Amino acid sequence: MTPDVICRFIDAAAAAIGEHAADLTKLDRAIGDGDHGINMQRGFDAVAEARDTICGLSLPGALQKIGMTLVMKVGGAAGPLYGTLFMSMGKAAPESMVGIAEAATALRAGVSGVAQRGKSKAGEKTMLDVLVPVTEALEAAATEDAGLDMALAQVREAAGRGLESTRDMLAIKGRASFLGERSVGHIDPGARSSQILVNCVCDIAAELSNNPAEPA
Amino acid sequence: MTERVGIVIVSHSPEVARGTADMARQMVGSEVRLAWCGGNSDGGLGTDVAAIKAAIEEVFGPAGVALLVDLGGAETNSEMAIELLEESQRDRVVICNAPIVEGAVMASVEAAGGAPLDQVRATAEELSP
Repeated sequence: MTPDVICRFIDAAAAAIGEHAADLTKLDRAIGDGDHGINMQRGFDAVAEARDTICGLSLPGALQKIGMTLVMKVGGAAGPLYGTLFMSMGKAAPESMVGIAEAATALRAGVSGVAQRGKSKAGEKTMLDVLVPVTEALEAAATEDAGLDMALAQVREAAGRGLESTRDMLAIKGRASFLGERSVGHIDPGARSSQILVNCVCDIAAELSNNPAEPA
Repeated sequence: MTERVGIVIVSHSPEVARGTADMARQMVGSEVRLAWCGGNSDGGLGTDVAAIKAAIEEVFGPAGVALLVDLGGAETNSEMAIELLEESQRDRVVICNAPIVEGAVMASVEAAGGAPLDQVRATAEELSP
């Protein structure tokens, strides 16, 4: 199951980021330097190129390799942030994914890494405004012993709500912070790319639960 | 030469990085090991971890290295580059919280005078509020 999740994620993420690159650029042009779409596309295309290598690794190894690839290829401020997200998740991930609780633990480690790297937290109009609510939703689902369908619905809802919450926030991190009040009224591009990736993972989890993968 | 602190300039723009290095060299000539990098791996505006790491390694010496960076991504990508260095090098490489051009010039002059790393950084950082 582990390699399948990773393979599917790489393919889905590269496709989704490619599909939404123009939209991400547009959001970043409004409150930044306009390169988020192209940077993320460069990063995830590089991950897709290394797909076969990455799919052969263990879950922790694969996540760390995805992270390192993003660090080396994204080229903007998002590189260290997304790179750290995946690398920190990788360090906390079990050898093969088992369930919601393990996913929550890994994501919490990822989010802590991002918060530390970016010296930020939720409420500052960043990717954390999607990732923190998503982590909390996963943790709640694990505590409540929710089924997968319920957990995924809560995660998607948290991601969408988190994204929308960035609209009226004042940016105090990154290039958007240079705009001050003018940053208000715009969705954060990093929050949007995070939501896109979260939705990819949810789609894959749903697919795999409906069509269990063959043993690796 | 190897006892002096090395200087690395990291800008989102290769032109800014090169020009800043030129200005620093005007002050210190070849007395200080100095490297610059700018732009992402496609040659566009941005920063590239591999290039930053290579620049640090190019000027690394026992006295360590001071980095001058422009905006946020240059700093975080420089942090990533430092984390990829050999363990023995990592704690002798610092990122100065200073304006890139003025900081690079001040840091280079300080380095040329033989100042240790923490002093090179402190001098550059005096320029920041």
